[in-house]
This record gives sequence, C-alpha cells and structure tokens, in this order.
Amino acid sequence: MSGGAKIPVRVAEVVTVNALIKRFRFVARDGSELPAFSGGAHVVVEMDDAGTRRLNPYSLMSDPSDRSGYEISVRRDDQGRGGSLFLHNNVTAGMEMVLSHPMNLFPLDNRARKHLMIAGGIGITPFLAQIKQLVRFGGSFELHYAARNPALAAYADALKAAHGGKVNLYFDDEGQQIPLADLLSRQPLGTHLYVCGPKGMLNWVRQTATACGWPEHAVHFEEFLAPQPGKAFDVELTVTGKTIHVTETQSLLEAMEAAGVDAPYLCRGGACGQCETRVLRCDGELLHRDLWLTDAEHAEGTKIMPCVSRFDGRALAIER
Amino acid sequence: MSLDFKPTFDGFFRDETFVGDFTFRNSPASIRRFPFPFDRDEYMYSVNIEPHVPVVGRPNSVFQHAFDVDEHYVSEMRDRARVLAQDPLRCQSLPHMELAGWDLLELIMESKARDYPQWFSLSKSGDQWHWINRPLGIEQRFTFLDSSTLPYGPLEYITRQTQGDFTLQDERDQNLWVDAGMVTTQADWSLDFDIGMNFFEWHAPVPLAHEKGIFDRALKFLLKLQNGAPVRRFNWTMTVNPLLDTAPETYPEWGTMRTTVTPENVGEKLHLRVELQALFRLPRSNAIAFSIRAYLGRFDELVTVPKWGRRLHRVVRDLHPDLAAYKGFLRNRDAMAQWLSQYDDGAPTSPGIWPED
Repeated sequence: MSGGAKIPVRVAEVVTVNALIKRFRFVARDGSELPAFSGGAHVVVEMDDAGTRRLNPYSLMSDPSDRSGYEISVRRDDQGRGGSLFLHNNVTAGMEMVLSHPMNLFPLDNRARKHLMIAGGIGITPFLAQIKQLVRFGGSFELHYAARNPALAAYADALKAAHGGKVNLYFDDEGQQIPLADLLSRQPLGTHLYVCGPKGMLNWVRQTATACGWPEHAVHFEEFLAPQPGKAFDVELTVTGKTIHVTETQSLLEAMEAAGVDAPYLCRGGACGQCETRVLRCDGELLHRDLWLTDAEHAEGTKIMPCVSRFDGRALAIER
Repeated sequence: MSLDFKPTFDGFFRDETFVGDFTFRNSPASIRRFPFPFDRDEYMYSVNIEPHVPVVGRPNSVFQHAFDVDEHYVSEMRDRARVLAQDPLRCQSLPHMELAGWDLLELIMESKARDYPQWFSLSKSGDQWHWINRPLGIEQRFTFLDSSTLPYGPLEYITRQTQGDFTLQDERDQNLWVDAGMVTTQADWSLDFDIGMNFFEWHAPVPLAHEKGIFDRALKFLLKLQNGAPVRRFNWTMTVNPLLDTAPETYPEWGTMRTTVTPENVGEKLHLRVELQALFRLPRSNAIAFSIRAYLGRFDELVTVPKWGRRLHRVVRDLHPDLAAYKGFLRNRDAMAQWLSQYDDGAPTSPGIWPED
C-alpha cells in the first residue's frame, strides 16, 4: 500500500490554543507505545471528510522521547481546501483516525555547535519538538519567533517561561522584526540555521543567509506546500489504462486515489520525491509546484510530482 | 568496566574458531538455511532491494527475524572480542552519532528479546533498563540514553553482542555519511579509512556499478527509507579459509592464504561469503543503520544441495572478470570452476534461491 506503514490511533484530546489554532493529541488504539521520532518529523493525517479522502502532513510538536502520544497543532485555513477545517470542525476526542509513520524532512544537524531557529506563526511546531530533543541532550539553541500579536503567538509564553533568554519574540502588530542580518553576522562557527514559516519568510531568511556568506549546508528549511486549486484537467494513466478527471480543488494525486489507483506518496507536500512520475505525452503546460525536481527537470517536462503539480492544456499522459 | 563475557555452549551454539585451526563448520541444518544468493545461473549487479520481512512459508530462514541469531553466535562474538583487543579502531563513532547508537541498541534489544525470548530478555521501568543475554552470560542494568551507565558506548556495547558488522549513516545535504560503525567481519574494507565519507565516496572502488547509475538510484531510494519499514539485499564474495575478519589492516595475515588453493583442496578451502545487508531508519536520530551479516558456506558443504552445486559452478565460470577481480578470486577462478564442474551435470535449475525447489 502506498504511503508506507500506518498507525491506527485515537484522538485523546483536542485543545483550543488560540483563535486560529487547535492542538490534537493522538494515542495508539491498542494502548501500546508509538514509535519514537526525531525533532522536525511530520506525520500524514488521514481524514474521511464526508466521503472525500484528505491526507495532510503536520509537524509533530510533542516530546520525541514521549512514546505515549503524538501532538500536532493545526492552524485553521478558511481559504484552504478543507483539511484544516475538517480537523477544526469535525474532529473530537475519542474519534479513531489513521496516521503515517513519522518521517523527517527537517532534521537537526547533530554536528552543529549551536542551532539558530527562525519561526514564523504556525511554523513554530517542528521547533517545539526539536527544542525538547536538544534540552534532553544538552544541545545549544536560540529561537527567534515572529507572530502577528501575542494572542496568536502559540506556545510563546511556555517557551519563554521554560527557556528565558534563548527565546526571542517579535510581533508584527507592534512593528517588531527579527534583526536577521545582525543575527546572522554574529553567530559562532559551527552554527546551523533553521527556518520554518510562510514562504515570504523562508525566502527572506535564505536570501539573507546567502548574502551574509552562510554555506548552503548550514541552512535548513521546512516548506510544505499545500496543493493549490487550479483549472480542472484530464489525464491518461498509461499503466492502469484509465483516463481521469482532476477537478479544480483536487490534486492530481488525490484524483488518482479517488479513481482507485494506488499511487506512491509520502509527504504530499512536494518535498520528499516519492510520487515522482514520468510524463509520457504533454500537449500543454506542466504547472510544476514541487520542491523536489530541479529547475532543469522542470524545464525538461518529462517528470511531474502529482501531489502538488498540475497541468493546463489539451492532453497529458503519465506513467501510472 | 568491561563486558564480562562468560560464553555458554549449550549444545546449540558451536564452539569453533575463525583463525588458526579454523574449526568453523556448518551443521547440516545450518547448510539448509544458508542464504544462497543466486536466484538464477548468472550474476550481474542490480538494485536488488526488498522489504526486510519474513518470507511466507519459510519460518526457519535467515529472513525470519530482523537480526538472525544462529549456531555460530557465541563463537562469532568471541572472535569479535579478539579482533577488537588487537585493533580498537574497528569500532568508531563520531561525536554526533551517539544518539544513533542508542537507537540501534534499542532496536536490537527489543528485537532479540521479542524474537528469541529463550536467550535474551529486556525489561524497562521508565529509563531504567535491565538486559539479560544468556548465551554470553551478560546481565546489565543501565539508564537508557545515559552512556555513563554502560561499559562501552551504546553502539559498541550492543554490537559486541550482535553478529554482523554495522555502520550508522547520518543524513545531511541529500546524502548519507558513514559516521559510526563496528566492523570486524568485513570483506576487505576499512571503517577507519571510510569513516566520514559520503555514499558515493565509500562506494567509489566498486567497478561497473557507477556507470550503470546504480548508486544514484540507490541513494534516492535510501533517503526515503521510513522508520518501521526496513529493507534488505544480498552481497557476496569468496573467502579462502573461514575467516570472518578479512580487513585491509590484517591483509598480511590472510592475503597470502589465497595462494594456498590447489585443485584438491578447493572444497574445504573455498567459502562462499554471503552478506545479508539490511537497512533500518532509526527513529530518534533520523540516521540509517546498515547491518552487514556475513554467512560463510564451505564449497563442499554447499554442493550437498544439488541445485546449489550446479548453479554455483555456472556463476563462477561465467562471472565478468572485473567482478571476479574486485571480489578477489580471479587467480583461483579456474580451479574453483574446475572443482565445481563435477557437481554440474548440465541439468536445468529452478528459479529462486531455495534449496529444495
């Protein structure tokens, strides 16, 4: 079965964190321990939304060494395709759900002498788990966390209370901004930089790091792309011999799954590479939105990542 | 502190040597479960990776458990201790790999206690763990994730009690880096030389495979390896005398043994050396553990299975000379093929690796 081994869980607790964010705790249905994980890992949450199958990745925020449960925090996205709305509106304690095994596309570099973390909004979640891991093993870290205002800065108070001066908060509504260039210019040798947040922040941090002369291998970023809606299109699947219709709000991967095609996937966010599929015929334009293929591969047009990328044109055939 | 070692040979575990008088042998039952690596009559590289799960209908096979424990266990561990006493650099771990070492210790202890309860037991009370290894006479209470409570670091502690070599790969920059390991049963490669190398660097000496793009595909596959879904593959070579330790560091001691093969002694001197290699994603460190378990099968043991005798002859006879050279048996290949030919009547062989099919 695609997506790897699954973990049957029960929702143990749903907590409203603030006006936009809810926290969900999952425990194993059979009461056993869940697999340990590494800070920065995510799970894919499977949802049955009135017959529509939704699979969204969320970073694990709980203590990686706590095998009694997993916790995620979900920001409600009223303009999104519905996964976060389903979790906010329909998921309650006691419900049975299915998770993927944890997978880490945003791991700590354990060689680092210091971990410098830049978080924006809900991008705080992987850092919560990483900080717990670092505290346990005595790693050095410094967090810079930007949010719209104190009310929306999830977990900021707890972080500040636990780690004091290592935690620095910035609020947009108060006109505060992370002094990034200054920060990056005075880090000790062996520091690694991590950033998780909205796309604008990622670009800003990566560009500033490059301008400050940071080596690429010391800059780590987590970017999950939610599949974006687009024009509907048809696609021929040459292996299974089906021709399917991808609606405006479906991803190509979701449309294949809805048609009963067991297509490979892991992250469902354009990052891991698992769903890479050969394009056999393309009369039109591939709308690449993934982070996996190189620019050259995007230009070549012989591969597509169905979890996030789309098509606009007359005819498309892929090897699936 | 040290690892107090009081081995018991209770009738199942063999008391044998892998140096000097070379008393290593496989029992008839052990020959039947030998992991014969050739599923057809010729051999060429392939990305031959499959899930590391038990094979349905083969409950006694070496694939049944994540870490196979067989009749050679106690003697192999004694041989490892001998090699480490002479050369402590066979086990190394760069400073950032300690957590991966604990991951491996946990994986092995949980697996063995579950799969072989008659020999191993593990009980936990929070972080206070209690480990018993009956065949080696070891009992240890320790604090999980606290290395000061073990006589060695976690990697060395557990791999002194586990057959097969191990390397631990850190994942960084879309590559894997061999940053820790325990290597005493290797087919002529050196951890001390390779440590810190990335996937392409440590595979650089392998002929033919780079050109085929095998390593690019293998790395892409491994970077996606998931916790809870280990994979395995075979590798193989030939060894003269049942030497587990054929390291570059000790080449002067064993290299010349390759010149002692005569047409008369091929059956007892030559051993097919099969490596059952498995890869595990480790949960806390996100590293990848690579286990390389060497099984030795004497030629005169293997030919007691008619299918294997026929097939081994054909593989040895027809192997690409670059591969025979890389595997270190080009000089003896003709004598080996000649000796094996008496067990090949030309009859067809069935597909697959199993002896009785």
